[in-house]
Amino acid sequence: MDKRAVNLKNCVLVAALLPLVFLVVRSYLGELTANPIEYVSQATGWWTLCFLSITLAITPIRKLFKFQWIFPLRRLFGLIAFFYACVHLATWVVLDQFFDFESMLLDIKDRPYITIGMSAFVITSILAYTSRKSIRLALGPQRWVHIHRLIYVIAILGVTHFYLIVKRDTTEPLVFAAIIAVLLAARFIARQKK
Amino acid sequence: MKYLIPKIKENEVTSRDLFENRREWLKMMGALSLGSTIAPATLWAAAGRKLGPLEKSLYSTTEEATAFKDVTRYNNFYEFGTGKEDPVKFADSLKTDGWKISVGGEVAKPTVFDMDQLLKKFPLEERIYRLRCVEAWSMVIPWVGFPLHKLIRAVQPTGSAKYVEFVTLHDPEQMPGQRSPILEWPYREGLRLDEALHPLTILSVGVFGEVLPNQNGAPIRLVVPWKYGFKSAKSIVQINLTETQPKTAWNLANSREYGFYSNVNPAVNHPRWSQRKERRIGEFRKRETLPFNGYGEWVASLYSGMDLEKFF
Repeated sequence: MDKRAVNLKNCVLVAALLPLVFLVVRSYLGELTANPIEYVSQATGWWTLCFLSITLAITPIRKLFKFQWIFPLRRLFGLIAFFYACVHLATWVVLDQFFDFESMLLDIKDRPYITIGMSAFVITSILAYTSRKSIRLALGPQRWVHIHRLIYVIAILGVTHFYLIVKRDTTEPLVFAAIIAVLLAARFIARQKK
Repeated sequence: MKYLIPKIKENEVTSRDLFENRREWLKMMGALSLGSTIAPATLWAAAGRKLGPLEKSLYSTTEEATAFKDVTRYNNFYEFGTGKEDPVKFADSLKTDGWKISVGGEVAKPTVFDMDQLLKKFPLEERIYRLRCVEAWSMVIPWVGFPLHKLIRAVQPTGSAKYVEFVTLHDPEQMPGQRSPILEWPYREGLRLDEALHPLTILSVGVFGEVLPNQNGAPIRLVVPWKYGFKSAKSIVQINLTETQPKTAWNLANSREYGFYSNVNPAVNHPRWSQRKERRIGEFRKRETLPFNGYGEWVASLYSGMDLEKFF
C-alpha cells in the first residue's frame, strides 16, 4: 500500500476516535447531563449510525466522482462503525444493566427495539470478522460481496432500532432513515443503469 | 425579571430589598464582565427566592433528595424543546409576572386567582416526594406547595364534577417548543376528582425552599407522586372541574402507550420498554420500581376492583 493511503487511513482513524475521546473528557467534567449513562448510550448509538452511513456512502461517492483513493477507507469506516456498536452494546451491558443477564434476556425477548439492535449487532460482527483479507480471499469475491450486502440489512435494522426507542421526537431517526434510503437507492439506480 | 415574587411579608428569610439589590448587583456584574463565564443560568440560582415558613409533612420521604443542579437542569418540558437540557436553556422566555390561574367548570364559585392570593390563602408545605418518569428514571424532589384539595374545596365543586382538567399556558412566543406539533398544545392533563382531592396531590410553587425555576414549571404546577411524571402538568393557567374524562396530552399523542391513569406500575410495561426498574438520578445501579411509586398504602384503595392492565 502506498504511503499516502496509509497516512489517510491514520488520519481517518484518529478523527473517528475523537467523538469517543470527547465523551470521556466530558464525562470527567460532569457534562453528560444528570443521566450520563443514558447520554453515553445515546451518543455511542448515534455515532454507530453515523459511521455506518459513511461506510455506505463510500461506494456511491467513488463511482459518482471517480474517487478511487477513497476505496481503501470503506473497510476502515465499517470497522469504526463496528467499534462504536461494541461500545454502545458494552454501555448497555455494563453501565445500564450491570450484568443483569436475566433482565437483559427478558429485554431481548420482549422489547422489539432491543431484539432488532441485537440482531444488527450480530450481523455486524459477522461482517467485521469476514472483512479480514485472508477470509475474504478464502470466501472468493462473489460470495464475499453477497455476505457483505448484509450491511443494507444492518442499516435498516439500526435505524429501526433508533426509531423505536425515541419517545416522541422522531426527527433524528427520520434524518438517518432518509440518508440511508438515499444511499441504498443510489445502488439500486446504478444497478438499473447497467 | 423572570421570577415574580410571591409576597410573604414578615416571615421572609431574605428581605425584599436585599434580594433585589443582589439581583441588580448581579446584573451589573454580568454587564461589566462581558464574555465572562457566568452564564445567565447561574444568575437565577443565585436569585432563587426563598419561600417560607414551610410546614413539614408526614407524606415526605426521608430519602436523600436528588442534587439541586440535576432537578433543575434535567427536565422534560417539551414547551421548551425535547432535549433534557433544553428547558434550562430556553425557559427564560417564560414570563411569570402577573400570572393568573382560573379555576372553573363544574363549580359554584369559579375564581381567577393571582399568585399572591393563592399564597395568602393556602399555607405552604414542604413535600419531599419521589418522582418516577415514564422513561424509567427517578428523582427525589423537595417540593414546596399546598394540597390541591384546599383549592378545589374553595371553589365548591357541584355534584356533577367528576374529573379535574389542568391546562398549561399556550403561548408560542414564550414557549417556543409549541411551534412544533410534537404534542397537541396546550398541554393538558387530568385526574379523577378523588385523585385530585387526595392529600398527596399538591400544587407546587417551589423546590428546595425556593420559587420554582421556569424549567420546573413555574410559577405553579401539579405534583401527583404516584403517577408517571408527565401527569404533573406544569405552568398551569387553568383548572376545570368536568363531568367527563378530560383529554390529556400524551394520551392524545399515543393512547396505546400513555393511559389516562398512568399510575407507576412495574407490572405494566410501556409497550416499547420495561417499567420493572428505574435509575435514580445520581445512582449507578438500577432500583426496582415500586407499585404506585411506593405510595400504595395511601392510594391503592382509589383503584380497588379496577383492572390496572386495562386502566393503565
